Amino acid sequence: MVELVLIPLLKIIVVLNATLLGVTYMVLLERKVIAWAQSRLGPMRVGPYGVLQPVADAMKLMLKEDITPARADKWVFTLAPILSMVPALVVYAVIPFGDQVHLFGRQISLYITDINVGLLYVVSVTSVGVYGIILAGYSSNSKWPLLASLRASAQLISYEIAITLTLVSVVLMSGTLSMVGIVTSQASQGVWYAFIQPTAFIIFFIGGLAETNRAPFDLPEAEQELTGGFHTEYSGMRFALFFLAEYANIIVVSSVATTLFLGGWLRPFPNVEFLSFLGVVPGWCWFLLKSFVFLYLFIWVRATLPRYRYDQLMRLGWKVLIPLAIANLILTAIVKVALA
Amino acid sequence: MAEAIAFYVLAACILGFAVLVVTAKNPVHSVVFLVLDFLCVAALYVTLGAEFVAAIQVLVYAGGIVVLYLFVVMLVNVKRPPEAFRAGGRHAMLGLALAGAVLVEAAAIAVWSRLSPAAPASAAQSLPVSGNTEQVGWLLYTSYLVPFEVASMLLLVAMVGAIVLARKES
Repeated sequence: MVELVLIPLLKIIVVLNATLLGVTYMVLLERKVIAWAQSRLGPMRVGPYGVLQPVADAMKLMLKEDITPARADKWVFTLAPILSMVPALVVYAVIPFGDQVHLFGRQISLYITDINVGLLYVVSVTSVGVYGIILAGYSSNSKWPLLASLRASAQLISYEIAITLTLVSVVLMSGTLSMVGIVTSQASQGVWYAFIQPTAFIIFFIGGLAETNRAPFDLPEAEQELTGGFHTEYSGMRFALFFLAEYANIIVVSSVATTLFLGGWLRPFPNVEFLSFLGVVPGWCWFLLKSFVFLYLFIWVRATLPRYRYDQLMRLGWKVLIPLAIANLILTAIVKVALA
Repeated sequence: MAEAIAFYVLAACILGFAVLVVTAKNPVHSVVFLVLDFLCVAALYVTLGAEFVAAIQVLVYAGGIVVLYLFVVMLVNVKRPPEAFRAGGRHAMLGLALAGAVLVEAAAIAVWSRLSPAAPASAAQSLPVSGNTEQVGWLLYTSYLVPFEVASMLLLVAMVGAIVLARKES
């Protein structure tokens, strides 16, 4: 009973709460980093250096009036934020934060579950998240959200192809779809896949920016053109759900990139013997550190690059990234067969 | 016992959502119910131990094809007066006939598999590879190679056709 129900339940509670906490502080981090990039201070009033700002934001969003537009499609309008939040959280079920640890005399693995189609699970669950955006745009019964949601869905579908193709080349290297299996195969091959699949790594990162609607690909939320984006008509807690889902998705992309390309919980250079003193740092710390690097990169890119135009975005996706990803996949397959 | 309960709950959900897909007045609601239906079907695959097929079901159908349905439904604005739904007596008969045919077919398969049980399971056990994905891949590239190639040719032709249709006359 303890093994079957209690421990997974505890893990789920810990992971969900850690994620939501991470999401709220990601918002603060983003505001701070962008402020520094622009020679400002960022939020400073609530708590020392503004560290309690997320608490204040959460209070504000919960206390705001939750408005449903008069001619909105009520059920779908309520369903849409849920449909974008749930997939973003469900993905964490297969992300391996670390190896096994001893805790209270038990051997506990630092992932909720390890299924044999883990990577496919991640891809398929995140592909359901697009419904939240489309249905939000449709049900608001308003021009700009509808335009934004059409943009967003076209963007997500286009970049999903490139991302999935890069994942296939990673699977060719590892020979397994299990997330834990991919990390252990990086350990046994003694190299992070970022070094032998650099093209796939870069395409995955660019695609990740587009999949999470982040700058420079944040066309679905282009304030100047769309008065806010697909969530224009949302307010209060339902708006907060979209907001949280976006940041939860950023953390998902960062953790998946860490798992697939940066060796998950492995220390740097797992094959170099004289660096073994790095092993005193527990694996989950390495995982969090690497994910944090990605989160920082996301913010850095947003602070640096201007937004793409819509046709440029589509051209980049279909004429550059997808052919590159296909070429990379074919090359990987040829090299793999030639070496075998 | 638990499996039986899961099966009946999922089957009830699948049938319920399917009825809602057909009866919903708003086509966008129909598509939403269709997504929920496909998710339930994926859950049914999981209870059968076919995780690979379940993931593909969600990825291809729920996450891919139905998004395109939604696009089309939202863009062409198929708002029809309520009379249009009532006038289809002949269509209703045709639908009933087709549903009856499918029911007979399903019943025939059920009876047939009772008479000669467990053929697919033993086939899966005799494969040289283990694991869900590996077994599907093995079967696809050995026993079912010809249908697989035919399907891929068909998709290629459809793709070329779509491009030809979409291209403007120059």
